[in-house]
Amino acid sequence: MTDHDPRIPRTAPIQSATFSNPINAEIRRAAATGIYDIRGGGAKRRVPHFDDLLFLGASVSRYPLEGYREACGTNVTLGTRFAKNPIELDIPITIAGMSFGALSGPAKEALGRGATLAGTSTTTGDGGMTPEERGHSAKLVYQYLPSRYGMNPDDLRRADAIEVVVGQGAKPGGGGMLLGQKIDDRVAEMRTLPKGIDQRSACRHPDWTGPDDLEIKILELREITGWRVPIYVKIGATRPYFDVALAVKAGADVVVIDGMQGGTAATQDVFIEHVGIPTLACIRPAVKALQDLGLHREVQLVVSGGIRTGADVAKALALGADAVSIGTAAMVALGDNDPKYEAEYNALGTTAGAYDDWHEGNDPAGITTQNPELAARLDPVEGGRRLRNYLNVMTLEAQTIARACGHNHLHHLEPEDLCALTMEAAAMAQVPLAGTDWYPGKPGTGY
Amino acid sequence: MATYDIEADGLRGLNAALQQLAGTTPNEPWEVVNPRGSHAIAVGLDAPLDVTIKGSTGYYCAGMNKQATIRVAGSVGPGVAENMMSGTVIVEGDASQYAGATGHGGLLVIKGNASSRCGISMKGIDIVVHGNIGHMSAFMAQAGNLVVCGDAGEALGDSLYEARLFVRGSVKSLGADCVEKEMRPEHLELLADLLERGGCDARPEEFRRYGSARKLYHFNIDNAY
Repeated sequence: MTDHDPRIPRTAPIQSATFSNPINAEIRRAAATGIYDIRGGGAKRRVPHFDDLLFLGASVSRYPLEGYREACGTNVTLGTRFAKNPIELDIPITIAGMSFGALSGPAKEALGRGATLAGTSTTTGDGGMTPEERGHSAKLVYQYLPSRYGMNPDDLRRADAIEVVVGQGAKPGGGGMLLGQKIDDRVAEMRTLPKGIDQRSACRHPDWTGPDDLEIKILELREITGWRVPIYVKIGATRPYFDVALAVKAGADVVVIDGMQGGTAATQDVFIEHVGIPTLACIRPAVKALQDLGLHREVQLVVSGGIRTGADVAKALALGADAVSIGTAAMVALGDNDPKYEAEYNALGTTAGAYDDWHEGNDPAGITTQNPELAARLDPVEGGRRLRNYLNVMTLEAQTIARACGHNHLHHLEPEDLCALTMEAAAMAQVPLAGTDWYPGKPGTGY
Repeated sequence: MATYDIEADGLRGLNAALQQLAGTTPNEPWEVVNPRGSHAIAVGLDAPLDVTIKGSTGYYCAGMNKQATIRVAGSVGPGVAENMMSGTVIVEGDASQYAGATGHGGLLVIKGNASSRCGISMKGIDIVVHGNIGHMSAFMAQAGNLVVCGDAGEALGDSLYEARLFVRGSVKSLGADCVEKEMRPEHLELLADLLERGGCDARPEEFRRYGSARKLYHFNIDNAY
């Protein structure tokens, strides 16, 4: 080996964009273990999102409403199509389904408390309904999942709505996981499973396949509940136009569509990052399906997956949603990934903001765990107050935007209030690129 | 005896009438006529009722039953007694797919044959089939007992948890993680009781027992199929 001549500049070391450090680390991890990576959360990759849209605001052509004095309604009614008792919410932001098992008991209680204080609903998850969450949730949506863990007709009748879960944005076409670390005695009993096993949920329902069967399943659920409560159908965003149309055909009162940024308690990373489409891409096709059937606003549309701010709420509603649902953001409001636990995140090999090994049950914030000592770190009363505050702030933000656009109700927001910052967002949201009257695929433009 | 004509008076009226008896101890048996393959007959009951359906039914007959004894004098469509919690459902004819799916308790007796996925995800129910069962039966079955007096189709007990499977005839193939297990005295005793309650005259000694090898209970490189 010859010494380097200092007069000759060295070639700069260049990291490969294809074989990046995270990719190489995953290759090494896979080679060492022989098993795919499992984690919680939603897609972390950058995808077109609500940040790529802007509101135009009122000006000469439209006049705004007084920001602090003129009314701007936020209420929404879900389930007006067939149910005798639709759900009346004060705000169009609901809490998405998260299971007891994936979350601790105090975390579920905090979600119920916060949602109730804010005048909205919360949702059960895989594993059934706990007395705590029923007791603390004024309006509780009962998920009817492929696994049917803990499913029983008494809870079905105790629910304010039923959500038939076909899929979720983090893993459309996949079932859930709950690893053994979180299957303690109570979780095992609720799910009729041996304690400590790695539980895998079914990816499709055990007693129906396809929209014709779903229609009969919905009939059965209505017959058991006396046609009183709304039936939601939740789908992971993949083919939103057809899936929404088929859910409506099957008799749904409400369709919930969850984009790929929507979180999960645990699944394969490859599933989260590579199956399904972004939230932004699914709203307009879903709305078009409802419009083509003449049922937009009669069958309500709830959008979830990456909703973080009042601006996101306003944008989803402007594109045609009736309400949104939050999961990850609600957990952050409770304290998930809080930098105050940085030393403990470091000890787990990660950092605040990046912690996603929710399946391992070691959550320093005490939210995604069944460890009693960790779970005790979350005060459900304080957690509920924090969630209430956060929901209130999002609502105020959405109202601020709606008034600026001249609307006296959040549901009066419309696509014409929006423009896009990127071609991708313009194409997905079907709103003009900022400063133009054009978006890719606009009818009549030819391109 | 109370008689209800579904064709004349509709499904909603029947289920509402039967469900209104929740919490009571009715003495009068019910007879349901003209079912003509209707779906969701006698679902969500929660009383020790005695209901006989005179004819064949569609999907989800006796779904989520609690306490009631429901007899079907005919055959049933998919998902009979799905998610049953307690009580007894007796089918005189054959059953379509998903019989007893996700059932938590009670007894389901099928005097004819059952189609595919019989006992899928069962969680404590006892199922006694006098005839044969189709493929993928007891898939992901968690708890309870499935007794088959005839033959079983392909992939019996795939991804089984803790349910016990007893088959008198042939098994076309076993699913992933399902293995034949020793028939011990306690199993013969259990099976004798199930056969008696299911109205079968077969002898427990004629059966073989199948259960989980428990190799899929934890994710690792060796259990990837």
